[in-house]
Amino acid sequence: MLIFPIVRTALVALRRDRPSLALSFILPIAFFSIFAVIFGGRHDSQSKISVILVDQDRSQASIQLSQALQREEALTVTTHPSSKPKQAHPPDYTAATAEDAVKAGDAPVALIIPRGWGVNPIAFNSAAGQSGPALQLLNDQSDTIAPQMVAGLLQKTAMTAMPLTMAEQGMKYAAQYIGGFTPAQRALMDSNMARLRQLEAQQASAASSNSTNPSAAGSSAAAGGLIAVQLRPVMGKNTHDMISFYAAAIGVMFLLFTASGSSGALLDEAESGTIDRVLSSRITMTSLLAGKLVFNTLLAFTQLTVMFLWAWSVFHLDFFSHIPGFVVMGLCTALAVAAFGLLLASLCHTRAQLGALSTLIILVMSSIGGSMFPRFLMPPAMQKAGLFTINAWAIDGFTKVFWRDLPVSALWPQVGVLLAAAIVLFLVARRIARRWEYA
Amino acid sequence: MSSSPAHAQAAPLSFNSLPLQVTTLVKRFGQVTAVDGISLEQRVGECLGLLGPNGAGKSTLIRAIAGRVIPDSGQVAVFGAPAGSPAARAALGWVPQELAIYPRLSATENLRSFGRYYGLSGKPLEKAVDWCLHWAALEDRAGELARNLSGGMRRRLNMAAGLIHQPRLVLMDEPTVGVDPQSRNRIFEMIEALRASGTTIIYTTHYMEEAERLCDRIAIVDHGRIIALDTKEALVHASFGSRSQVFARFDGAPAALVAWVAQRSGRLVDATAEFTIEHPAEIAVLLDSASAAGLQLVDLSLRRPNLESVFLNLTGRELRD
Repeated sequence: MLIFPIVRTALVALRRDRPSLALSFILPIAFFSIFAVIFGGRHDSQSKISVILVDQDRSQASIQLSQALQREEALTVTTHPSSKPKQAHPPDYTAATAEDAVKAGDAPVALIIPRGWGVNPIAFNSAAGQSGPALQLLNDQSDTIAPQMVAGLLQKTAMTAMPLTMAEQGMKYAAQYIGGFTPAQRALMDSNMARLRQLEAQQASAASSNSTNPSAAGSSAAAGGLIAVQLRPVMGKNTHDMISFYAAAIGVMFLLFTASGSSGALLDEAESGTIDRVLSSRITMTSLLAGKLVFNTLLAFTQLTVMFLWAWSVFHLDFFSHIPGFVVMGLCTALAVAAFGLLLASLCHTRAQLGALSTLIILVMSSIGGSMFPRFLMPPAMQKAGLFTINAWAIDGFTKVFWRDLPVSALWPQVGVLLAAAIVLFLVARRIARRWEYA
Repeated sequence: MSSSPAHAQAAPLSFNSLPLQVTTLVKRFGQVTAVDGISLEQRVGECLGLLGPNGAGKSTLIRAIAGRVIPDSGQVAVFGAPAGSPAARAALGWVPQELAIYPRLSATENLRSFGRYYGLSGKPLEKAVDWCLHWAALEDRAGELARNLSGGMRRRLNMAAGLIHQPRLVLMDEPTVGVDPQSRNRIFEMIEALRASGTTIIYTTHYMEEAERLCDRIAIVDHGRIIALDTKEALVHASFGSRSQVFARFDGAPAALVAWVAQRSGRLVDATAEFTIEHPAEIAVLLDSASAAGLQLVDLSLRRPNLESVFLNLTGRELRD
């Protein structure tokens, strides 16, 4: 059988087809690397969860808990907003401002330690009304992982950071349920408690990290939640509105593909000589590219509109209450995407090159920009890298509009970045397009 | 084109100037000199042919006139305006060698698009589109997508798109490439109609018959230079005077044929012996000489030299090498 000549011909053809070669080898490696970094157990660079902490209690127990949470490596605890030029030392969060901050997306979770919590921090037999007020965990439902993580870490931190409190609470409950201690038992316990106080004082002065002292309350209770935590979603939205996230995430990725494909018409026109003929008329290269930019922007905006209308009609997205925000974000996203497509087309010489380059770049951008999985799952470095993608800014903007119900004025960072990106990308594309201008 | 719509241009042009003035134009691409010091002038209403083999530099010269190539040195002026300037662009219509039309647009939509690119709109645009469709005999296929038209029709549409703004100077870069003889004749008729209307035309081709049929003057281009420029008759006369050409094929030993042709100061091209003679009576002398050399005549023809002969005479090569 003459199989070898067929293999040989295919091999030679593949070797000459550089775009296919790139797609065959670079794309899988790029994707594997991205997924490996996100999900591959790179613990040293795992994402930290931002938590806003409001201590209304200011008791010894609440202070101990706050300090322990701040030492927790998996958390980034903040007690006040970041300083601004006009306000070098902004006031600490209150319950109300913390809730607003979660709603605005500054952090996925806020922990409120209510007044009186320190009197009775253990939630043992809370049904009988014997425990104090529960900790309040305010969360943004768009991040389903952060509240679970924080709730779990709270139990662990309480167990390890407040041994004295736990022991006192434990003895109190023991005395209540077994009918008191003998004097000898009481003396022994007092002695042990004194040692524990001494140890805690030493640890506080040494400002050491997590205590490894065994808890007097026993570890088996941790899973059940010795610390009462009340989880309270603050967005007050139905889950249908999370559809907007997926509409934006998937939409932007396909917009990028459409824009690069549409811009590819430039390459066809260059190959057929049509660009030469057009440029011999009154049309200049700048007006030619600007025309393509406007067309691709309108095309992308129409695509987004159809997608969100579909989400409204089938998935009950509240589209018509968010028209201004949608129009602003939609147009800015479409403009940036259109300029990006023009840049890709101007970089390439053939449709095949454009196909390979756009597939490579758009899939990588979409994966690190949050179109494939939420960015809060990613390590901090990758989250920062995501900020160099159109996807991330567009998704953030649409989330602000549809999920957080923020006004159009709150979109200025996303609008600013997308417009700036559009201008820069267009100018670079215009510069590169000079090769079509004259020989 | 007297019935054509108003000329679409706003920029000032000097219509007292010649339609085209090219002065010592040089264009190099890397090590290759595509245009090597060409100078030429064109009169109003003249059809000037650029005749030369592929790679002679004709298209580069045309693109320089269209303002699409920046010369390394020299100048091009269209009605006195520099090539590529808005005024020159408006006065000039370019029919590129490639099918530079939008395949997914219909014939009418293509013409409208290019008309708008030249600033036409409204009734003048529609009038220009109608004129172009009529000129290109595409009225029956006006609504057909360009990609569905036949090769010849696409060529005609390609030409019409270059004339939508009724330019005063038209550059046609090998408009009959890849066209069957019937369509070619149709294209010739279009160009002749254009000539009759007084439009100034530059026509590049490597087909001698086209240049002879369509052009008032012919520039023979080779290796980026114009090696001769005149009317067909003047070019032939300059090369051959009043002499005619004799073409003869013989049976006999090839070596004997080569030796005999050389002895008689002739030329052997593809086994055909070529001679230039002043009087027909010289033919008998030639044939006697061939017979004496052991060659038997197969066929013989006598003809007046043409542009092909001129090119061969000037360059030593055939036009379609």
